[in-house]
Amino acid sequence: MEAAFVGDWVLDAAVPALDGVLAQLGEGDIRKLIFSTQDLGRWDSLLMTELIRLVNHGANQGIEVDTSSLPEGIQGLLQLVYAIPEPIGARRKATRVSWLEVLGASGLRLFDDVQAIIVFIGETALGLWALMRAKARFRTVDLWTNIQDCGPSALPIITLISLLAGLILAFVGAVQLALFGAEIYIADMVGLGMMREMGSLMTGIIMTGRTGAAFAAQLGTMQVNSEIDALKTMGFKPMEFLVLPRILALIFIMPLLCLYADLMGIVGGALVTVNFFEVSLLQYLNRTADAVHLKDFFIGIVKCGVFGVLIALSGCLRGMQCGRSASDVGDAATSAVVTGIVFIVVADSLITVICNRLGI
Amino acid sequence: MATPCLTIKDMTLAYGDFVIQRNLNFTINRGDIFIIMGASGCGKSTLLMHLIGLMEPAQGDVFYNGESLWQAGPEDRQRILQRTGVLFQSGALLSSMTLAENVALPLTEHTHLEAQRIRELVSYKLALVGLAGFEDYYPAELSGGMLKRAGLARAMALDPEILFFDEPSAGLDPVSAKRLDDLIRSLRDHLGATIVLVTHELASIFAIGSDSVFLDTEAQTIIATGPPKQLLAESKDPKVIHFLTRGETQKRYAGNQQPGVV
Repeated sequence: MEAAFVGDWVLDAAVPALDGVLAQLGEGDIRKLIFSTQDLGRWDSLLMTELIRLVNHGANQGIEVDTSSLPEGIQGLLQLVYAIPEPIGARRKATRVSWLEVLGASGLRLFDDVQAIIVFIGETALGLWALMRAKARFRTVDLWTNIQDCGPSALPIITLISLLAGLILAFVGAVQLALFGAEIYIADMVGLGMMREMGSLMTGIIMTGRTGAAFAAQLGTMQVNSEIDALKTMGFKPMEFLVLPRILALIFIMPLLCLYADLMGIVGGALVTVNFFEVSLLQYLNRTADAVHLKDFFIGIVKCGVFGVLIALSGCLRGMQCGRSASDVGDAATSAVVTGIVFIVVADSLITVICNRLGI
Repeated sequence: MATPCLTIKDMTLAYGDFVIQRNLNFTINRGDIFIIMGASGCGKSTLLMHLIGLMEPAQGDVFYNGESLWQAGPEDRQRILQRTGVLFQSGALLSSMTLAENVALPLTEHTHLEAQRIRELVSYKLALVGLAGFEDYYPAELSGGMLKRAGLARAMALDPEILFFDEPSAGLDPVSAKRLDDLIRSLRDHLGATIVLVTHELASIFAIGSDSVFLDTEAQTIIATGPPKQLLAESKDPKVIHFLTRGETQKRYAGNQQPGVV
């Protein structure tokens, strides 16, 4: 049988479907297929894919396909296509994975992950121990840069979020308290709420997104760029040189940020109370001072310090675990934020339960 | 008389159960420019990781001047490795520090020199690699070739006995690659350092290599050793000939043109 290609065979041209030819090849006993290309105009990859279909079809049906009459360029390309045969088994088959397998695999991953976290905590503890014996080696300037990055640079976002948190607490409380004409107790609610809970929790969550992710991305990029390997060959311990300054910076800065967030929350509460209800600023502040005790304040501050350690741990852990491709860095940052938030919420619940049991 | 500087004995490289290379035995002599070559993915860079103490071999050991690297405790290992310098493929300079701080890093960690002396040393090392005056630049401000040379300055900071290079000419234009080759050779000549290069750049291999091993993926071990030029002239192994002539085997006998370079 002879098939003739006529006209332009380019990607956006209207060309006849080859199905007719394929169907004709199927019926009768055609032994050989030759091509005529006298009237072929322009051609590109479209013609090639159709030819490959014909050649493959011919090979399957045992029909000889003679390509010698095709233009030289097409013949050369066809030769390239068939020069290196497809290795047997190279093609990936779409496999269906049962949900049980997925579940099991993620269970095993979780187990590995918990193991990695425990090992990392151990290594960090060793690093801190070395620090206490004044044997840890890192650059003080790194500590200060990290403090600068985590602390003062985070103030604007902390201001905004805490102010709004105080404002929202005040409004929500006011709706109920106004029913009893007890607007003055908004001060109790905002003061205690911010000091004991919201100040530290909000700071923790903001810093997970801001700093935890940044730590993971920084360390991850260093991993991709072999910088961590380079440090190791120069005799530095990455745990001391990279992780310690970050953890120390957060331990140092988080209580201060929490203090600031508490203050901003109270300012937010005062804005609402003083402006919308008949409470003076002085009354509000006096009421806050009566309601909030030093222990409430310290619970919040200590909690925030704990969150700082957890954020630094999760950020650095995911950064150090990072693989060696660019997308791994993104995964590390995402995973650092998720881990950080889980850690914070779990730790917050535990501390609250403990405080409750101890009656503080 | 050649004195052995680095000896690799019965080494097996593996990721978990997945063996990459086995039964590796070779010796690198003092003053050699030793090439570890092979096709992409054969385990060259993995071998390098094992030589510089970043990965522990599944089996076997590395001996620096007769001293075992993996039998030694962590502190001894650190002391042995302190006499080596490594240039990573991308330079691996710390991006948050200037070139001067990068080069000074090993000096401040391992010596007790005063700041002024360290500054002088850093300037000297940067000048050696042709980067005088770039002390206060950050790695991101430099070109690929400059980054590699800066990485080399850092690797040389402690006057190492052995310098390791991971694909030094990868990603460089031919002229920069040639300059780096010349630099490596003159460092060997003038500092007396031993050089170990992981590469598959034929031009570099023939231009500066004085001894080599050829790793093969399928055989999972060394299939040829010897000076690269000699390998090109005498090897009987079709894979080695294929590699060293870029698959154009007939070039092997083509007169006195520089072998392997087209």
